[in-house]
Order: sequence, then structure tokens, then C-alpha cells
Amino acid sequence: MAEPQEKKDNRIKSVKRMKEIMTNYYIEAKTAAQNNKKVAWITSGGPVEPLLVMDVIPVYPENHGAMVGASKMGVGLCEKAEEMGYCRDLCSYARSDIAAAPINGGPIGGLPKPDFLVCCNNICGTVLKWYEVQARYFNVPLFIFDTPFCHSEMTQEAKDYVGAQILEYIAFLEEQCGKKFDYDKAIEVGKLSIAGQRLWQAVLDTAMHKPAPMSAFDAFFHLALIVTLRGTQIVVDYYTELLNEMKERIANGISAIPNEQYRLLWDNLPVWYKTKWLSDTFAAHNACLVADTYTTAWCRQLDYLDENDFLKSMVEGYTAIYLNISVDQMAKAVIGMIDKYDVDGLVMHSNRSCKPYSLGQYDIQRIVQKERGIPSLIIEADMVDERNFSEAQVLTRIEAFMEIIKSKK
Amino acid sequence: MDILKKFEISDPYEYVAHLKKATGKRVLAYMCSYTPEEIIYAAGIHPFRIFGQVEAISKADAHLQAYSCSLVRGALEDALQGRLSFVDGAVFPHTCDSIQRLSDIWRLNAGMKHHFDVVWAVKLHTDSARKYMYDVLVRFAKELKQSFGITLSDDTLQKAIATYNEIRSLLKTIWQLKSDNKSALTGSQMNAVIKAAMILDRDQVVSNLKELIPSIQLPPQTEKRKRIMLIGGICNHPDIYDYIETSGGVVVWDDLCTGSRYFEGAIATDKEPLRAIADRYYERNICPAKYRDYYTRAETIKTMIKTHNVQGAIFLYLKFCDPHSFDYPYLKEALDEVGVPSILLELEQQLPSEGQMKTRLEAFIDMI
Repeated sequence: MAEPQEKKDNRIKSVKRMKEIMTNYYIEAKTAAQNNKKVAWITSGGPVEPLLVMDVIPVYPENHGAMVGASKMGVGLCEKAEEMGYCRDLCSYARSDIAAAPINGGPIGGLPKPDFLVCCNNICGTVLKWYEVQARYFNVPLFIFDTPFCHSEMTQEAKDYVGAQILEYIAFLEEQCGKKFDYDKAIEVGKLSIAGQRLWQAVLDTAMHKPAPMSAFDAFFHLALIVTLRGTQIVVDYYTELLNEMKERIANGISAIPNEQYRLLWDNLPVWYKTKWLSDTFAAHNACLVADTYTTAWCRQLDYLDENDFLKSMVEGYTAIYLNISVDQMAKAVIGMIDKYDVDGLVMHSNRSCKPYSLGQYDIQRIVQKERGIPSLIIEADMVDERNFSEAQVLTRIEAFMEIIKSKK
Repeated sequence: MDILKKFEISDPYEYVAHLKKATGKRVLAYMCSYTPEEIIYAAGIHPFRIFGQVEAISKADAHLQAYSCSLVRGALEDALQGRLSFVDGAVFPHTCDSIQRLSDIWRLNAGMKHHFDVVWAVKLHTDSARKYMYDVLVRFAKELKQSFGITLSDDTLQKAIATYNEIRSLLKTIWQLKSDNKSALTGSQMNAVIKAAMILDRDQVVSNLKELIPSIQLPPQTEKRKRIMLIGGICNHPDIYDYIETSGGVVVWDDLCTGSRYFEGAIATDKEPLRAIADRYYERNICPAKYRDYYTRAETIKTMIKTHNVQGAIFLYLKFCDPHSFDYPYLKEALDEVGVPSILLELEQQLPSEGQMKTRLEAFIDMI
């Protein structure tokens, strides 16, 4: 374990500012009705920029799920969902959010009531069902942004279909908000969205430095802004600040863990209720999880987004994203990250709650083994439901895995 | 009823392998009722549905976590064990998250010559989705033609439409006879019939069904057993019907993809064939992995309950089936509202012991 004193010095200072921003954001969202503002619930991978153009406050049940998990309130809410009839095998974000709604449960006393819902299925089919449940519960309109899965490429007909839906989405928003869509403002929001994503990528890229100034666990925390406030100046300002801090840390030789000897790549969502324990456990072996496939998902669309025609570029930007592509394409992306961050091993979270992310991991593991020959570890867990986590078992596996990593280096 | 023997297939794989040998036809496997079989059939290729047969999973465990459903794991196991070596390829319509990933894993590991993804729309209530469905079908037809070096004329497509309309209409007649208490078939026999309709040579299916119907028709019977409806995905457990029947119930209708979702909805014969086929998949009763609006399924099921005087419903779910499980609380509530009691049976490939199943079903049916 790291020395407590040493660890304290390593802390990222921007964390405080980040907490302020998130607090203000939730206060604003919860008081939206008083300020005549509308609230839309939207999926984490959904096209949020048009909501900002319409002055609608976007709220993310998945971010809520992450908070539920991090505050260790997942088991209670999941059990409540099971009492409501939702099977224990269902996604724990969905279960905890569905259970929190009628009782204003969770760490922030429930999310603000939505005026309407926007569900984009580019991350999973689960969100479709989850949003149906919430649309019935709140009795509000639901817009589905349907992004056909890209097994090999995004076909022309899929591009046409998603393109048509952008117009349908705008028409839906005009109807819900009772005003016209401002296309000039859309250009501004689009630019801010792209700028925010570029900065987020730049922040994550600082972990290419050895030792890494930040770890994947830091990324999990700082991710909230690119998800929830993407397209605003706040994100651009904050990530500019964070990037500067990372550069300073590199210049001053401050690293995420005190004695980085081994660099690892994380796959899948965080185990929200165990991030600190996992971070410390790996750090005790001088291993730093320097990057992850999850938090980079919010900048992968940069390959497609176009500042000069943002709305149109959303077609591929929101369809060809990480989880909406095939296992072999995902493996390619993983290998790209292995090379980029120069890691010694791969840690995969087999997440019971997320089938699109987890099914196929065994094949990705084999492809990585064949192409790069680095060891990998699979941790059986769940992002929110702690009942699916065995600390003793995971610890044993991490120890064994680290022995292999050390013997190879 | 000797004719029933024609629907009893002890080993579907052996049957299809034999059919291939005897006719020289190529064969394509599929797992979902959203597979546009009509086009495959029109192309002179034999489509057949796989249900995942192997009970002990070993090879598939190297590719799929234990929290995948038994259908997905069982089908992959069959493929990896070489039990599908006679198959020319597989067709994966977009369904749920598990099947979507299975498609990738299958393509990478099953070693089949051909692989098709039919990435349908998920929301089925807009003009753009309707158009996209048609475009997807045009692409599938094109890929099929290119892969197998064949042609597809409007005439052969129209003939396929006629064949499928006939199969679906005959199956519906069989279900309706049961609902009207005019059928000599047991539930498990009906289950065997519809599964055979997805495996046997389709021309044979038409003639078999035509031969079957007159032989099962009875004058209206007095039926004292409770009228039950099944709701779920596939039912590959004929024993369930027997348990229900010996417990004092009788299955009179269902919302299953090995049931009414498969046969409801005829294909229009006065349109361009591909458009007509696409429209049927766009319009048919949805499975929970698709979206029409968030009340559609309950309304459809309530209509079925009324039409068929259903007294009790059994939710028959595969364990780890997310789309169905999400719909359960809401559908149960909808049934409660119309005073229809229900029970949820969550199944894996192997049923729990007969005693256990019977006890639960008897208690449920007694309560109705």
C-alpha cells in the first residue's frame, strides 16, 4: 500500500471544482421547473447537442446509476426493483433507477422529473426497455433515436435512416418545447461539443506519459462532465484546467500512483462501489491502470464529427461508436490502446449488467493474446450490484495476474 | 393420426442434413422469427430454425459468459461441436444484445462459409423506419444473390409469399381450432407442429398442414379445463403443455415467437414483393426487443385475452432474457387490471424436475 502522506500529495486538485460543477448542475436540473426550463432524460451515448440548442436540461439516468453505485446504495435499490418484479439478472443501472423514481431514492434524492425522454440505442437494447418503463411511469413522450448496429460498416441505408431521424428528433423537440430549432446556435453547440471531446481526449492522452499523471480511476471520476455537459463552455473550461494540471503534474514528476512499474488497460464500466479498493489493490503491486476503453468512448466519435456540419456528422458520430460495432472492431480498438498507452496487461471487467460490453470479451482476450501476447485478467463483477462481487475471489485473481505480469517484465 | 408423425422430428439437424443431400439444396440456419425466411426460400435455399439442442455446454463457455441465455449458448455450442457442419451459413436479424454479440462470435468462430446480418430497425412506428426496413431487405436479397450466385425474380418471390402466407394461415387455423375447443391436438403436439414448420421443407409443410387440419377437427367439445395463454419468447419445452394439461389447464393461445408472433400477419400480394415482405416485418406483432409505443404489447395481449376468453396467463421466459424480463412487471399489472391471474416461469434449457413444475402449475391453475 502507498504511504498515506505520499498519496495525499498526489491528489488531483481539480476534483474540488468538478464537484462544484456537478452540484450546480444537479441543483439547476432539480429547480428547472421553477425557472421555466424543461428537463429531458437522455441515454449516455445519446445526441445531447440538440437539447442544449433548445435550452433543455439533459439529465442522465446512467450518471445517476454510477452515483448510486459509488455511494454503495445499489444493493438496496436493486432489491427494491426486484420487489417491483424486475428480475435480478437485469442491468443494475436500470434496476436502481427504476426503483429510485417512485421513492426519490439514491444519493441525491431522486432525479428531477422529466418532461420527455430521449433514448438512443447505440449503447444497448436495455436502454430501450428501461426508457419504456420510465415513459410509462412518468407518462411523458419518448423519442427513440435508432442507430443500427454496425457489424462491419455503417451501410448507406443506415446513414439515410439515422439522417432522417435527426430531422424527426428536431421536429419532436420543436413540438415539446413550443419553439423553433435555432440552427445557428446548433453550430455553436456543435463546436463546443467537439472542443470538449478533443480536450477530454487530450486529458486522457496525458496518461501516455510514464509515469502516468492520472489513472483510469481518475478518468472514471472526471468523465461525468463530458457525458452530462458535453456541448457547453463549462466542459471546455474545466477540461482546459484539468489538462493544465496534468501537464503540471508531468512537469513536476507527480504520478497517479507513487511507484509506477506496471501499466495496465481497463475494459468495461467501472465497478463503481470498488474503485478505490481496486485502485489501491493494483497500486500495492506498483501497477497503474493508465487507460480504459470506457471513458474514451466519449471521444471516439471525433473521427466522424464535423464542426462545419455538425448535425449531419452526428449520423456516423452517434452510430459508429464503440459499443455499436462488432467484437473484432472492438478488439482492434483495444489493441490500438495497448500500443498507444504501452501497457503490460489487460484487465477486463465481465459486467453482468452489460451484455453488449461483456459478451465477446473472451474473444477480444484471445485476439489480444494472439496479436500482442500480453496477459489479461477477467474480473467477474457488476457495476452497481455489489452482491455480484466477491472481494476475496477477485483479490486472489489479481494477485495471480500480477505475478504473471511481474514475471514477464 | 399418422399424419402427426410427419411433424415429429427426432433430430432436426439430421433431417436438414439429409434434405440437403437428397435435394442438393443449400441450407441457412437462423434463430429468430424476424428472419426474412421468404427470401431465403425464394432463393432456393432451405431456411431452418435452430433452438440450441445440446444440454451440456462446454465449448461455448470459452466464448460466452454464464449470464447469456441458454438459447444463445446452446446454439453456439451446437455450431462449435460441429453439429451444424452441413450448414452453409447463418442469418442473424437484429434482436437483442445477446444475439447481436452472438452474431459476431459466430462469424469469428463457427467456421461457416456464409454469414448474414439483417440489421432491422428497432422502432417500428415511423415512415423512415418502414423505408429502412425495405432497404435492409433489398440489401439482404442482394447479398444472398451475390453469395450464392443466384437470381431472384419477382415471380419466385411471389411464389414464396404465397407459400408463407399459406403456412401462416394454416397454423393460425390450427391455433383457432384449439381456441374454439374443436381440436384433437394436445399442446405439445401443436408445439411440435409449429417447430416442424420452421425446419421441414416448406412445400412439405404446406401439404402436411393441409392433411393435418381435417384429421384434427372435432365438433365443439365441452372443455372444463381452465383456458391458459403463454407469453414469452421461444418455447422449446413441449413437456410444459403436458404439465399444464394434467394440472387442469389447456393452452388456448399464446404470444410466443414459436406461436402467434410467427404466424400472425399475412404478406400483401398486390405490392412489389420485397416491399410487401418488409412491410409484414414492420407491421407484425412486436417482440419486446422492438418498439412501437410503450403500451402496444399490453394492448395486444389484452385483445388476445378477450378474443380467446383466456382465464390465466403463464409467462414463459428464458433465464437471462432481458427484453422479456423488462416487460414482465408491466404486463403482469395489465393482466391484473383485467382480472387475469398470471405466473412467471423462468426456464433454462433443461426444465426443473417434473414434480416441482407440476406443483407450481397445479397451485396456479387451482387458483384461477
